[in-house]
Amino acid sequence: MTALAPSGTVARGRGSDPRPRRGSRTFTRILPLLPAVLLLAAFMLGPIVYSLYGSLTNRTLTGPNAANPEFIGLDNYTALFSSAEFWNSLWLTVLFILASAVIGQNVLGMALAVLLRSSVKPLRSLVGGLVVLAWVLPEIVAAFALYAFFSTDGTLNVLLGWVGLEGTSWLYYLPMATVIIANIWRGTAFSMMVYNAALAEVPPELTEAATIDGAGAWQRFTQVTLPVIRRSISTNLLLTTLQTLGVFTLIWVMTGGGPGTQSSTLPVLAYQEAFKFAQVGYGTAIATVTLLIGAIFSIVYIRILKPEVD
Amino acid sequence: MTDRTSTISIVTQRERERPITVASPRKSSAKLVSSLILSAIGILFLVPLLWIVFSSFDESATVSMSLPEHWTLDNYAQVMNWDQTWLPLLNSIAISFGTALITVVVGVLAAYPLSRYRMRFQRSFMYAILFGTGLPITAMMVPVYSLFVSLKLLDSTWGVILFMAATSLPMAIWMLKNFMDSVPISLEEAAWVDGANSMQALGRIVLPLMRPGLGVVFIFVFTTAWGNFFVPFVLLFSADKFPAAVSIFNFFGQYGSIAYGQLAAYSVLYATPMVLLYVLVQRLSGGAFALAGSVKG
Repeated sequence: MTALAPSGTVARGRGSDPRPRRGSRTFTRILPLLPAVLLLAAFMLGPIVYSLYGSLTNRTLTGPNAANPEFIGLDNYTALFSSAEFWNSLWLTVLFILASAVIGQNVLGMALAVLLRSSVKPLRSLVGGLVVLAWVLPEIVAAFALYAFFSTDGTLNVLLGWVGLEGTSWLYYLPMATVIIANIWRGTAFSMMVYNAALAEVPPELTEAATIDGAGAWQRFTQVTLPVIRRSISTNLLLTTLQTLGVFTLIWVMTGGGPGTQSSTLPVLAYQEAFKFAQVGYGTAIATVTLLIGAIFSIVYIRILKPEVD
Repeated sequence: MTDRTSTISIVTQRERERPITVASPRKSSAKLVSSLILSAIGILFLVPLLWIVFSSFDESATVSMSLPEHWTLDNYAQVMNWDQTWLPLLNSIAISFGTALITVVVGVLAAYPLSRYRMRFQRSFMYAILFGTGLPITAMMVPVYSLFVSLKLLDSTWGVILFMAATSLPMAIWMLKNFMDSVPISLEEAAWVDGANSMQALGRIVLPLMRPGLGVVFIFVFTTAWGNFFVPFVLLFSADKFPAAVSIFNFFGQYGSIAYGQLAAYSVLYATPMVLLYVLVQRLSGGAFALAGSVKG
């Protein structure tokens, strides 16, 4: 983020002349960047700096510490790292990302992409459209639909009743499982579309050659197709991880993070601490840790995959 | 903001058919099996969606999906009033439109020098932009709240618009720069020879040529803002400023457990514009629009 400031160390433009007019010309050239830099500095960099600073104070939502929070150093972090709740929430976040994004969305998305390519036409458009519709809907509407589906008297238990099985209060007894399935339901379309596009780019000569060499369908898929599209896979893994790290609305509507904090991933816990228990400083410390995790994944994305920026 | 990065791939959703050139005797049975599995998955995706549609027309809707015994428009009639639906929808339009407009204008201005000139900080700027697209905005909401307390921007529609515009900017700049890169520079050079300055060249030559791209980015930011619940939920307090996402949540908290039909009807009213805009973007981008840059990774 430090690169956001126009530091004045600007090179001359393409084919520009070495005459002394250069400085002012560079200035007029970067002038259009200014509104963007100001907005980003105020509302992206600002909160990040505020997050670092606020996590070192004892700010509360109301009371004397709301207006004049004291600087308390690393106390929030000491409290955080010694709290079982935080470690539990971190574990739930890891579980949520691994189960719903890395495994769920990616595997189902890949399966759908493969199935779509080998199914009959009207079915392909229909199912593809349904999966995309689940993802296009506003998150809160998707959350209502899945809340109803998993409710004690909801569709899932009615369906189970038809086959003679006894349902349970899924949202209460298995809150993590329900929000994980919900996030797979809602987010798989993204992976499906990425993999659908990637599979279209695999040269058919490669799979044909493998077929002639006697490779079966599964071998062709694992030995030829997957290695060819590995870049799409790693990109998709990182992007879905980052999206899932930020999921709040889905969990908030379905379980509210509960019962207790049994389905509070880090963004939910940060919200609960700050606004339910009024510990803004403490909530900010959780936010900072979450941002840091996001930042690490973001940097991994940029460093390892080296997307072209020119 | 979770689907901030997601809409990028709308453009990758091209289904290019390649004829199967090696004839396989088991082709048709394999096709049958995969069609069956696909149908099963499709049903799992369909059921929760059908619940919304059926319940919205059902006078005695519950949480389980069933065909309405008596189809009725009562649920729609019940929620279609000023306070509950029209005002929140208007607020949603104002917030989403403001956010999209600011983002596109500021984004175009920023994308132009990034696309047209070689500057030393350009690479680092683009990497910073890319980094910004990856940050989990939801994790930021607690410090944003504190920041808005200090800036006295709490409960201000403008505050929400500016914040959402700023958080949409990284992705918008990224997409707009890639669109702009595909407009040949030679056309502008001709304009420069005729004495146009860079802003005139941008306005008269580059922007008209990238109109579909501008539409895609505008709608992308608009729908992201339209669907955003968490940001207005944290930053706004007055009921008359709530967008539909927050008002529907409050409705759910107050009446949801007794009036599922109305909740579903409200959901349909709120979700339909987003679905229509998505279809529009598909049309604009021709389905096969290679916005390669945004998923260049």
